[in-house]
Amino acid sequence: MSTFYFVAFLSIFFSILVITAKNPVHSILYLILTFATFTIHYILMNAQFVAIVNFIVYMGAILVLFLYTLMLINLNKDSEPQKSRFVKIIGFIAGGCFLVAVVAALKAYKTSQLVILNDPNLGLVKNLGKILFNEYLLPFEVSSILLLSAMVGAVLLATKDPKTT
Amino acid sequence: MKTVNDAIQAIPLNQYILLCSIIFSIGVIGVLIRRNAIVIFMSVELMLNSVNLLLTAFSVYHGDATGQVFVFFIMALAAAEVAVGLAIIVMIYRNTNSIDINVLNRLKW
Repeated sequence: MSTFYFVAFLSIFFSILVITAKNPVHSILYLILTFATFTIHYILMNAQFVAIVNFIVYMGAILVLFLYTLMLINLNKDSEPQKSRFVKIIGFIAGGCFLVAVVAALKAYKTSQLVILNDPNLGLVKNLGKILFNEYLLPFEVSSILLLSAMVGAVLLATKDPKTT
Repeated sequence: MKTVNDAIQAIPLNQYILLCSIIFSIGVIGVLIRRNAIVIFMSVELMLNSVNLLLTAFSVYHGDATGQVFVFFIMALAAAEVAVGLAIIVMIYRNTNSIDINVLNRLKW
């Protein structure tokens, strides 16, 4: 139980560091740590498939993509222009309003049951694979088309236009 | 194994909702206060991930595996979104030599 609170503290701490770090490379590295703590959360809930996919896809693929883009455009220096203090305060207030609304709703709804895993093989790969390929076969195939079109779009956008250069 | 799970998972659902909403609002604040386009993009990823965590928590809470399948689809969507978004950022950098979003306020007109 205390493991959850420790990991939750770590994920909040690292996610604050993500948005406050001056250097974008440090920001990405803190984001990797944040996602590592999320993986620990998934393991604590025995959602093994989601934990592995989070580990491989997010920490392995997406954040490496971020790092490569940052290297490609060579911006690893602390030269980001800052927003004015007024805009920052407004941003904090706007983000805090959402948090206050959710916390107030939680206070109003006092009772809270425990998250208890009744079926121990709920999040295992075998169980989720059966559900994915029986009930959600069509969305699965549609998502493959989505990934293909995203790949084509990314290649099309990122290649240099021969007419303009 | 069973006792380990029982010892770890006696956490109220409210704590999960609180954690995920805190991280989501950190993502919102990050989008609002930064000017670097890549950091804004990372804040969006943070928001997506907090929703993923909450979906998994509710899935475990209700004993229904549909939530975790949905998390899988969100991750596929996020991968596609990141690929296209980073390509757009690279294109913007090539055209304007900066990824400061205030350069892009010409899009208003």
